[in-house]
Amino acid sequence: MQFWDPRIEELPKADLQKMQYKLLKSLVCRLYSFSPFYHDRMKEQKVHPDDIKELSDVTKLPFMFKRDLRDSYPNKIFTATQEELVRYHVSSGTTGKPTVVGYTQKDLDNWTTSLARGFTAIGLGRGDVIQDSYGYGLFTGGLGVHYGAERIGATVLPTSVGNTERQIELMQDLEVTAIACTPSYLLHIGEVAEKMGIDIKKDTRLKTGILGAEPWTEGMRTRMEKWLGIRAYDIYGTSELSGPMFTECTEQNGFHVWSDIALVEVIDPKTGEQLEPGEKGDLTLTMLQKEALPMIRYRIGDISSIDEDVCPCGRTSPRIKRIQGRVDDMLIIRGINVFPSQVEYTLMSIPEVGQHFQIVVERTGALDDMLVRVELTKESFSDKITDLMQIQQKVEHRLRNALNVAVDVELVEPGSLPRFEGKSKKVIDKRSL
Amino acid sequence: MDTKKYVIKQISIFSENRPGRLASVAQALGEEKINILAFSIAEANGFGVIRALVDQPEKAYKKLSSLGYNAAFTDVIAVQMKDQPGGLFEIAKVLGDAGINIEYSYAYSGKKAAVLILRVDQVDDAIEKILSSGATLLEHSVFH
Repeated sequence: MQFWDPRIEELPKADLQKMQYKLLKSLVCRLYSFSPFYHDRMKEQKVHPDDIKELSDVTKLPFMFKRDLRDSYPNKIFTATQEELVRYHVSSGTTGKPTVVGYTQKDLDNWTTSLARGFTAIGLGRGDVIQDSYGYGLFTGGLGVHYGAERIGATVLPTSVGNTERQIELMQDLEVTAIACTPSYLLHIGEVAEKMGIDIKKDTRLKTGILGAEPWTEGMRTRMEKWLGIRAYDIYGTSELSGPMFTECTEQNGFHVWSDIALVEVIDPKTGEQLEPGEKGDLTLTMLQKEALPMIRYRIGDISSIDEDVCPCGRTSPRIKRIQGRVDDMLIIRGINVFPSQVEYTLMSIPEVGQHFQIVVERTGALDDMLVRVELTKESFSDKITDLMQIQQKVEHRLRNALNVAVDVELVEPGSLPRFEGKSKKVIDKRSL
Repeated sequence: MDTKKYVIKQISIFSENRPGRLASVAQALGEEKINILAFSIAEANGFGVIRALVDQPEKAYKKLSSLGYNAAFTDVIAVQMKDQPGGLFEIAKVLGDAGINIEYSYAYSGKKAAVLILRVDQVDDAIEKILSSGATLLEHSVFH
């Protein structure tokens, strides 16, 4: 097992928490004195830096939401001057107005260090060739991974997104060993490679996938690992935290959230109460060292839970579990909460249907109707209608059991559902609520 | 007995049940100069299966697969019927008496005779029973 920063990564939990308390205390003092935004927020909440006497006092601090960033567009709550900034990124704005993130040199260093630790934890280093197929530019993915990969001494191939056939040629010619991209783009690459007569498993040296920027599932991991002959690792982050920030280790069981960089909580989205380790809720992070755009108790809106146990890999920082969906992606079908990730997870266990799906929600009269469109795989095509109807009913049955809500399933032709190169949009909600 | 010459390669195509799908399949076959000798559509909830006997099955399969269609071959047999009242009964009775279960079937009435296309469970067994009953099976060379 390799470590990038063993001193921090293996620090006993008690020491980590002492360090976190010191960082939190100094952050709160700094922001109370120098940030009008945080000063006012703390006043409203009737909390003073003196009230922060131990780490658990973090719960006294006010939350921060995405809307706070939108309202402060473009840079009203930055705590660094423009002269101190070395970079901007701008979020895609898929859920509203774009938000701007500024970085000081130290912010970039911490971001890069966080990724260097993560990439080392999944076994990458000198000698690896990492194809960075995240978008380069305003989106944080491409540049974030780029600097992290260079820091560990790997060779970066900055392909960005698109021109998939060329990406596959370069992957072969330059003996790429790892690729960083969205899971749906890797699926697309796999399909395009097959059409080109290239078997990623046999004809390339690819052995590692660093996959993120959209939620995916264990079922998808198993399928991709088998299909492409790689180990697929999840990577997590949002532009507000800096960008893609935390990865799994070779245990593939949760993201390591480095304690010197972030303090992680999970909050009940309804009550605002802090939840216990293992309980699912809104992932909430306090960035302990950010300079340009500090984040205190930032409610990300991703559903996850915390694992406080020391990882078998030896790393002591808490892990957060695979993202289960978005607080605001949650569909309410006939009063029942449904996450698209549950649909995906269920479909992955049914070999007769492909990896791609689309959810269509409509309202007929007073009732919600949920339709899931899936592609019938080539192998499971039978020209007997009864066989096909059995597959359709099997999928409907499995989904109903998993979601606790009746679902109609439509079998569609292979390749007919839309493919996405960036964040995929798998839900069409036609209800005008 | 050599039953192989009576086994006919039917091409089956998965299709969503929406306007234009049949036209698209037919256009593809037309462009490749593939002649359709018999065909049927079976439909279910939201999807269907197009089944066809064509003069060049391999070429049809290649073309449709390249267009992204989910296509497959199925073995069927073709029984000749008299093109007159009672013709179907004669053949259906032979099949029933022989205990042959039909999974699906379709028919056409051509210049020379009427023909019943059958998909059955045990193809070889069915061929032997039909022939021994005195009925006529068409050889695959009639089609392709």
